[in-house]
Amino acid sequence: MTLAEQYIAFMTIVRKEIRRYLRIWTQTLLPSAITMSLYFVIFGSLIGSRIGDMGGFTYMQFVVPGLIMMAIVTNSYSNVVSSFFGSKFNNSVEELLVSPTPNYVILMGYVVGGITRGLFVAVVVTLVSLFFTRLHVHSYVIVAVTVLMTSTLFALAGFINAVYANSFDDISIIPTFVLTPLIYLGGVFYSMDLLPDFWAGVSRLNPLVYVVNAFRYGVLGVSDVSLPLAFGMIGLFTVAAFSFSMHLLNSGTRLRQ
Amino acid sequence: MIPALTIENLSKVYGDGFEALKGISLRVEQGDFFALLGPNGAGKSTTIGIICSLVAKTAGRVCVFDVDIDRDFAAAKKYIGIVPQEFNFNQFEKPLDIVVNQAGYYGMPAELARQRAEQYLRALGLWDKREVQSRMLSGGMKRRLMIARALVHEPRLLILDEPTAGVDIEMRRSMWDFLRKINAEGTTIILTTHYLEEAEALCRHIAIINHGEIVEHSSIRELLRRLNREVFILDCVEALPDSVAVAGFKVRRSDANTLEVEVEKGQFINQVFVELERQGIHISSMRNRANRLEEMFVNLVEGGA
Ligand SMILES: Nc1ncnc2c1ncn2[C@@H]1O[C@H](COP(=O)(O)OP(=O)(O)OP(=O)(O)O)[C@@H](O)[C@H]1O
Ligand SMILES: [Mg+2]
Repeated sequence: MTLAEQYIAFMTIVRKEIRRYLRIWTQTLLPSAITMSLYFVIFGSLIGSRIGDMGGFTYMQFVVPGLIMMAIVTNSYSNVVSSFFGSKFNNSVEELLVSPTPNYVILMGYVVGGITRGLFVAVVVTLVSLFFTRLHVHSYVIVAVTVLMTSTLFALAGFINAVYANSFDDISIIPTFVLTPLIYLGGVFYSMDLLPDFWAGVSRLNPLVYVVNAFRYGVLGVSDVSLPLAFGMIGLFTVAAFSFSMHLLNSGTRLRQ
Repeated sequence: MIPALTIENLSKVYGDGFEALKGISLRVEQGDFFALLGPNGAGKSTTIGIICSLVAKTAGRVCVFDVDIDRDFAAAKKYIGIVPQEFNFNQFEKPLDIVVNQAGYYGMPAELARQRAEQYLRALGLWDKREVQSRMLSGGMKRRLMIARALVHEPRLLILDEPTAGVDIEMRRSMWDFLRKINAEGTTIILTTHYLEEAEALCRHIAIINHGEIVEHSSIRELLRRLNREVFILDCVEALPDSVAVAGFKVRRSDANTLEVEVEKGQFINQVFVELERQGIHISSMRNRANRLEEMFVNLVEGGA
């Protein structure tokens, strides 16, 4: 395929993905908006006012970046995992597999679909958060880079989950038992300073720590980990996830018999 | 002229160790209308799956218009349109979107994609249904939707895996007409079917596959020529005497008004009529006992078992 043709195929996938989550917006966009609003009310306003400062900011200011990141992570992940698994489940993935669309275009199409949903929800959640707090953005560049890298990483992770999944159980087990704990232990709700040294060390294996802190730095200008390290780690995880996804597609694992 | 499809020593062993194809070879000429026949589980869908990349081959070579799928699968895929045995579209999408998106996967610009989608949805009688969720379509409509989807990039080789399974008689006829038309316009067609009259009505060449091996690969005409015996059933006007004989022919009285006559190659059936006329027996109608191809098919498949 020529590059122009590949671009058409890519846009076809992206458009189809966007149409999918907009069509079922009550399952895809609404839940995050509601959950995050609850978090804002409960942690930010009700409990947060008793907590006092965290890392030099009011608790509300502290959790908002983490919660926005949480929305991005879960939405980019779940968009790709459910969409790609769905197309495997009803065999419509064959439409792509029999076409000349190269594998990297298929992967990028799904990933960018996931990224757009992550961004969409991030904007919604950010708007909601404005009811509760004022946001001063420390660095728009860092915010943008973090958001893009993070949604790419977790869209890829969702893709890998979808390739291996054989049932609808398999696409909820990983988010429930792996992703959610990583998010909660990733410093969304607390500063790493609060952890004993050992657990702070263990936390450094958690990609969410880097994601949340890089973003928090972008918004508030503070971070528990150094910025170059954070971006280095996110980049490393992303490259690894991309290579592994490409390997799965090229070898036809669970896709071609 | 280069062949539309060549398969050489193709074999497939599935993950569970089952050998579905045992080194088959096949050649389909450009412009041909080709039938791939065989009983359930013979390996037809496996063969088709390999040609369109849904199944990974174990060994062998596949070339589509001289493009080796191991060298440039993307180029080979552009030549192929595939109508699978099982429905494989998203039932929540609309027929128009399904066909337009498929065109997109072949890199077709949006304007042209829409135009082609309309052309083929109309040709297959689905234009009125373009905006309904495709799960609402009847089984026969879904199958036609997959045909429209397979044609949208105007492939030179159209492969249909049991396209008329579950399609009513009238619809089958119109599907046949449609396939004949696009074949006449130059598209090479390969189809699998369990209806031998379908192969006989449509196809010029056939291959019969059984237990992962090709047991026959020739033209329909050649195959029919090789049949050297045919049984005719004669319905008689008056009740027959207890025994009827015609010199030189095997004749069996199957009931009071019915005779079965075996005609060997080189014999003339009008001798039978002359003799029966002489005996005062009048024939009101006549038919073949069974589809001749079907008999041969059963012989080949059982003989190879
Ligand atoms: N994924 C698979 N894993 C293991 N065995 C398989 C798989 N797919 C097919 N087979 C086996 O391979 C053989 C050939 O199957 P195939 O689907 O090619 O048959 P077919 O000729 O298309 O039959 P039908 O007329 O019923 O569609 C069968 O015995 C089948 O059980
Ligand atoms: Mg089959």
